[in-house]
Amino acid sequence: MKKATIYLETLICPSCVQKIENAVKLLNGVDKDSVKVLFNSSKAKFDFDDEKLSVEDAEKAITALGYEVIKSQVK
Amino acid sequence: MQKFILSRKNHITLVSAILIAIGFVSKLGFKNEAIAVWALVTASVLGVAPIAIQAYQALKVKVVSIDVLVTIAVAGAFFIKNFEESAIVTFLFLFGAFLEQRTLNKTRSAIKELTEMAPESALKQMENGEFEEVDVDEVDVGDILLVKTGAKIPVDGTVLSGEGSINEASITGESLPVSKEKGSNVYAGTILDNGTIQIVADRVGEDTTFGKIIELVEEAQDSKSKAERFIDRFSKYYTPAVLVLGIIVWLFSRNLELAITILVLGCPGALVIGVPVSNVAGIGNGARHGVLLKGSEVIGDFSRLDTMVFDKTGTLTVGNPSVAEKEYYGDNIDEALGYLASVERESDHPLAKAVLEEIGETSFSPVKNTEVVKGGGITANVNGHRIAVGNAALMKREGIQLSEKAKTDMYRFEKNGNSLVMTSVDGELKILMGVRDRIRPGVKEDLLRLKRLGVKNLVMLSGDNQGTVDVVSRELGLTEAHGNMLPEDKSAYIKKLIDERGQIVAFVGDGVNDSPSIALADIGIAMGSGTDVAIETSDVVLMNSDFSRLPVALGLAKAIVRNMKQNIFIAIGVVLFLLASVFFSEWMNMSIGMLVHESSILVVILNGMRLLRYKLR
Repeated sequence: MKKATIYLETLICPSCVQKIENAVKLLNGVDKDSVKVLFNSSKAKFDFDDEKLSVEDAEKAITALGYEVIKSQVK
Repeated sequence: MQKFILSRKNHITLVSAILIAIGFVSKLGFKNEAIAVWALVTASVLGVAPIAIQAYQALKVKVVSIDVLVTIAVAGAFFIKNFEESAIVTFLFLFGAFLEQRTLNKTRSAIKELTEMAPESALKQMENGEFEEVDVDEVDVGDILLVKTGAKIPVDGTVLSGEGSINEASITGESLPVSKEKGSNVYAGTILDNGTIQIVADRVGEDTTFGKIIELVEEAQDSKSKAERFIDRFSKYYTPAVLVLGIIVWLFSRNLELAITILVLGCPGALVIGVPVSNVAGIGNGARHGVLLKGSEVIGDFSRLDTMVFDKTGTLTVGNPSVAEKEYYGDNIDEALGYLASVERESDHPLAKAVLEEIGETSFSPVKNTEVVKGGGITANVNGHRIAVGNAALMKREGIQLSEKAKTDMYRFEKNGNSLVMTSVDGELKILMGVRDRIRPGVKEDLLRLKRLGVKNLVMLSGDNQGTVDVVSRELGLTEAHGNMLPEDKSAYIKKLIDERGQIVAFVGDGVNDSPSIALADIGIAMGSGTDVAIETSDVVLMNSDFSRLPVALGLAKAIVRNMKQNIFIAIGVVLFLLASVFFSEWMNMSIGMLVHESSILVVILNGMRLLRYKLR
């Protein structure tokens, strides 16, 4: 399990948070309970299995929703 | 294509505004219906495109978002050929989002400023001895770094060589420069105002004090209280419920106009955004002023505080005893002071330190035949005179006659909470000093401010004897004061207040030996000068050990809670008002609904922004 933090463009509507949260949760390999999208700091944090998923896949899922990804960190 | 449209949202908003203007001018000014319809249709189609894309994306991940409601509403308006409505609603929605982004950025600015203070690069000594600029992530513990005037200290470290003065505002909130020399500790994120220093890295990255502060503040701004989690859950079902309501109304009334109006009016927004906005602005304001509030649950409890419990030494008092009062008797006082200093110089008693500090420069003489009298003081021979330094018991043992004046002075000093240091020369009392731990300057006024902010009980717990405790308590006007308490007695007392008296209790301590009490209290407050323990164990951290920040912190917490309540009130009020007017009035339509709705969002954001400027009066 690895921890990812994805820095996003400034989030302005709380429903964006819900959308991003669901989009990430639907990815295979993401620990669903760990997904947290932070509204004020505009970040998405989650744990994932790096054998099933790369952080780029998660970035792609978020960009597909129309949100810009600034950078991401995996630990 | 999708990306292109979404990234041009602001352009689309502008174009649709122009088209709407053209539409209305040609309709009302030139009575040209054809051009008006053409302009409004174009504006609607253009405007709804980004919203529809977002709605589609939301549905794909199983979320019924506001975009979905608006898209359906606009489609409905199109269907009944009400192009004015469809154009205006899309425009207002886009323009509202634009303004929200701008204003939201403002509310987050305080915290952003803080995180942007994080150092990015460092001058690191390489193997060849030269300094090279590297990314701050490449610095490891033990590396030697060079910091030049005007640069940020990249890591927490110790000065190896050089000297300079450092502005530590990012850590302590205090902008007076602090001078540093070999052996001083320096902190990441602080700025070297002048001088050049070399430091060795002790802690890097997230382990630095600054890194911890940022992590804490970032977590705090998004932490949610029970009420917020409830609103979140509620809003998850609220939007779909509005959609269902719209459909039901349409099925029963067959009035598409009414149904789509309900979709627009039902948009949440102000409610879900109101609380986080107050939170982020308030926490940001605190962080900028050396007050760290750990999240909205803490803010809520803190604002409803009944009792504040203080540790005495180091919190209410300065922590090192000093001479508070003194009296001299007879002649040759300078000589006597010299003898006193000579005797005290050989002692490591805490009172001796206070006495020496008080006397300052003097002429020392050799001391002979020193005898320490247990529970009394010291006797010695200086320049052929017999000197006794100690308390009243020692004076009695020495058989010294006390004048009436000396007796009343002693009584007064003791009543004021002093420990007595008396000095006799050849059997005659010369000097009487009262030593006590001084109350921190300004504490009395700050306690008064706390009372005015609604704290009912101010309690002091101390390991000192009850006499001293009573004196401090009387001077500060505390509600209760208990002495002779060990750390475990203090935590037991706090537990009793919480469990038996049902109070909301805050404990204020130095954060080192009080950690059990800090952890146990509803609100633990550490007066840490940025110490790790203080930051980690407590709920509220006052940087720079500044007691005067305490009322500021409480005032701010209360202001944040007030602000949140106002925002919730505005949000709910607006929704009720809109729903009532759609059923009971003639003038309500989709455009007005959207206008009111977007304005209410802006109003709560602007209201939250007021917290950025909050100051305790």
